[in-house]
Amino acid sequence: MAPKRQNSPSRKASVKGKGKVKKNQPPSPKEKPDHPDDIYPIVLTTATQELFECCIDEDVTDQSPYKLLKKDDIIQDIKTRAAVSDFHPVKQFVLDYPEDEILLVFDVDFTYGQSFYLVLTPEAKARIYNVLQPPQPEIIEVLEDDVSKTPEPKPWISLGSELEVDQESVKETREKLCYKFYLKRRPGLPVCFSDRNSTEAECRSVECPSYQDSRFSIKRMQRDCGMQAVPRLQSSTTQTQRAFQRNIFTQYEPRELSKKEKERILSSENLRKFLNSVTPRVLHALQQTHIMNVFTDDFKALGIGAEASDRLVMVSEGLKLQWTFTDEKRAMGNKISSVSWHPTIHGLIAVAFIKKQEEQLDKSTAYINSPAFIVFYGFPDQSNPRLLLECPDDIFAFEFCPSNPNVIVGGCRNGKVVLWDISFHAPHLQGTQPNSKKGSDSDSDTDTFDFDKKENKTPVMRYCAVSSIESSHKSPVTDVQWLPKTFEVTRTGVPVQNNSNISVQVVTCSPDCTVMFWDLRVPKLQNQFLADRKQDVDQKTMMTPYSIPKTFKHLDRTWKPLFRVSLPKSDTSGEYAPLKFSLEHYTCNSNTDNENDVAEVLPEYSQLRIPSAKTLRTLDDVNTKFYIGTEEGEIVYTDWKLEEDEFERKFSAKPLLCFRTHAWFVNTMQRSPFFKDILLTTGGWNFAIWKEGVMGGPIFVGPSSEQEYSAACWSLSRPAVFFIGRNDGSIEVWNLLLNTSESTHFHEHIASTRITCIKPCIASSKQHYLAVADNLGMLRVFSVPKTLRSPVKNEDLNMQIFFDREHDRLKDYLEWEEQWAKQRKEAGESKKQVEPDKPVTFQVDSEEADLKEYSDYLKLEESILE
Amino acid sequence: MTEFSLLSPIQGQKGVQGIIVANSEGIPIKSTLDNSSTVQYAGLIHQLVMKARSTIRDIDPQNDLTFMRVRSKKNEIMIAPDKDFFLIVIQNPSD
Repeated sequence: MAPKRQNSPSRKASVKGKGKVKKNQPPSPKEKPDHPDDIYPIVLTTATQELFECCIDEDVTDQSPYKLLKKDDIIQDIKTRAAVSDFHPVKQFVLDYPEDEILLVFDVDFTYGQSFYLVLTPEAKARIYNVLQPPQPEIIEVLEDDVSKTPEPKPWISLGSELEVDQESVKETREKLCYKFYLKRRPGLPVCFSDRNSTEAECRSVECPSYQDSRFSIKRMQRDCGMQAVPRLQSSTTQTQRAFQRNIFTQYEPRELSKKEKERILSSENLRKFLNSVTPRVLHALQQTHIMNVFTDDFKALGIGAEASDRLVMVSEGLKLQWTFTDEKRAMGNKISSVSWHPTIHGLIAVAFIKKQEEQLDKSTAYINSPAFIVFYGFPDQSNPRLLLECPDDIFAFEFCPSNPNVIVGGCRNGKVVLWDISFHAPHLQGTQPNSKKGSDSDSDTDTFDFDKKENKTPVMRYCAVSSIESSHKSPVTDVQWLPKTFEVTRTGVPVQNNSNISVQVVTCSPDCTVMFWDLRVPKLQNQFLADRKQDVDQKTMMTPYSIPKTFKHLDRTWKPLFRVSLPKSDTSGEYAPLKFSLEHYTCNSNTDNENDVAEVLPEYSQLRIPSAKTLRTLDDVNTKFYIGTEEGEIVYTDWKLEEDEFERKFSAKPLLCFRTHAWFVNTMQRSPFFKDILLTTGGWNFAIWKEGVMGGPIFVGPSSEQEYSAACWSLSRPAVFFIGRNDGSIEVWNLLLNTSESTHFHEHIASTRITCIKPCIASSKQHYLAVADNLGMLRVFSVPKTLRSPVKNEDLNMQIFFDREHDRLKDYLEWEEQWAKQRKEAGESKKQVEPDKPVTFQVDSEEADLKEYSDYLKLEESILE
Repeated sequence: MTEFSLLSPIQGQKGVQGIIVANSEGIPIKSTLDNSSTVQYAGLIHQLVMKARSTIRDIDPQNDLTFMRVRSKKNEIMIAPDKDFFLIVIQNPSD
């Protein structure tokens, strides 16, 4: 309000000022005493009025004649318009005017003679202004006063704010109380004044510091942020590291030099120089390796492992008894004459029983009393035999046919040769074979050996064919062997090629001094005879076990040997009585591809014919000589080929050599399975080893033992080992590489009586069996321990060396012997001067010659024994 | 040809199974074995000789490989290297 009020009075004042000035002018320019000194009447032209905004009846009127003019403006106007300016006469007054604004009053009534008048002094201005102020002119006077003094406050217009102010104000409700405390103290006491810190806790000044109240938070409601638009697409670059560059190449063909290049290089000087320089070095190195192998492991080369075990374990390991087979019914009082393992079926042994000599009165009664049997035993059934083969008489020797294990040939006590065909029972023998013994064999639901079937009845098989009585041997057949399928023999003994790949011929020997060759096939000469029999023969199958298989029907009772070999003695009349013989086993190379077919092809023997000798190729390289062991302990080497004498009669040749090595019956002759030309013979009290082709005698003779040797066999896996059975039931194991003067193992009293037969068998690589048969009819099967079955390193080589050495020794000995004999002869000549003619006439002085020979050989024996 | 006479004392040694002469890159020049074995031996032994030679020279730069003998179970291979060629002899040791 105040500023408004200010404006209006200033406005009014200016109006009033002009009015005043105008009033001063109508009175003449002479100064009338009417108007006071400080009032100057002035005339303002219209232009001036417009300039100062005091136009008559516009800015200044009757009601508001006052106008305040600024001093500066007036001075300005005076300066610009100089003499023409209306304010020129008052120039001096204006300049002297102390205040900034001069009052101009519009004089309506022309009081002072002009239309306007100018109030020159501030006092007059104040007076007029104030006077003119109260009524309408009163306003003029008041205006004069207002100009000089501050405007007076107007009276308070209450708009209701008094109440609020009263409420807000703080009023004392009561009078302030005043308390005065004073402590009475005696004046004059010392006074102590001290300072006190206001911040100390004792002061008890309570502060209220400010703290941040977590309950209270200010939420920022507004925030300034800036945003920038980002381009959608951005392109950038980067440097990648390239993989390591490397050359790779593939070669499909080796690089080779062209011929020209090669020739060029070969002829170049460079190459020559190179070779010259390099050759000494290379030669040096070559010779070094040649001289000595620096890399040999001497320890290993000693072969210490296997050999050491040989020596160390000599006593501890031996033959272990696996099974004992006895058959009370048949074995009672019988002894076993021969044992043979079945060649293909494992664990099957065939045993031939013969009656003891004491019981037998004569041959015929023995035949009637009880038939003899060949008993088949199979593991592990120790008491029940698998099969029985009925024999016409006691069998002394029998053999399985190597090409057809179902055919068995046996030699009887009465000299007959018997044939069996067990093909009917073959599945039975094989099928019920329990597999429990062989660990590695197929999984066994083994105990399908049907006890029921077996317990009641052991199948019995009768013989198929037996040789005719006239043509058989006159004394027991002691040895039977099959000829290998690689060759066969004609009627004259010439070995020819065997077109059918089976063994068809059998050789037998007997102490009636003959060796007979038999053929299983239908003989040529009897073709017409057997013409009507052929139809019967065609029926091959068998119905019941008791019916006789017709396989060999063509031979039955009419079987005759192909030919006979008689064994005349070399220097005396009479003949050797062979007990055992041994043929050289001939293998023909051309037939090797057919060897495996044998098992499947069961030949029809009845359909086979003995071919004519002319159609077959003669095999010249078959060794037709064979060894014979006789009843008297001689070993005879003879040829079975029949020779022609001057009358074109066939006769057997004289033996090539004959040695009386053994003192008594020769009971074993066996070829070594490793060396075809090495033969082991036992008889009497010693054994001997022979080498085929060596005519001088046995290459090795073992020492005599205190017990009679009754059986022997080579080990099948070790070339240097063989087993000898003795009369007291012990077994000696010999290892020629370890000890040649005594047995390496000695198993005492394996059997209680004389051992009649030993046969080894290899069931698997870990299972080697030895079948030992004795005089009481017991068959024991031993398993051969590892030391005796696994060969030592280079054993065969060593054995070969041994035999060669022995051979050489023998040769040397013979030479020496000759020398010695000559010397003796000379000595004898000088003494007696009668020479018994021993060499030439053997028929005349046969006895003397015999004696001489005998003494010679005894001496030989002695010398060897030394 | 001359190299035959030069190689004959080596070839006459007991137990020598084969001789190969190859150039410095391992390409056989002359050989007594069949082609495929020759190429195989030459290539493989060349690599071996390079490796061996670099080994020797790494250890001592003034040293160089003069002879190599590789003894295996079955035989012994002798290698005589040179600047431009190398000679390979395969020998069966006496036993």
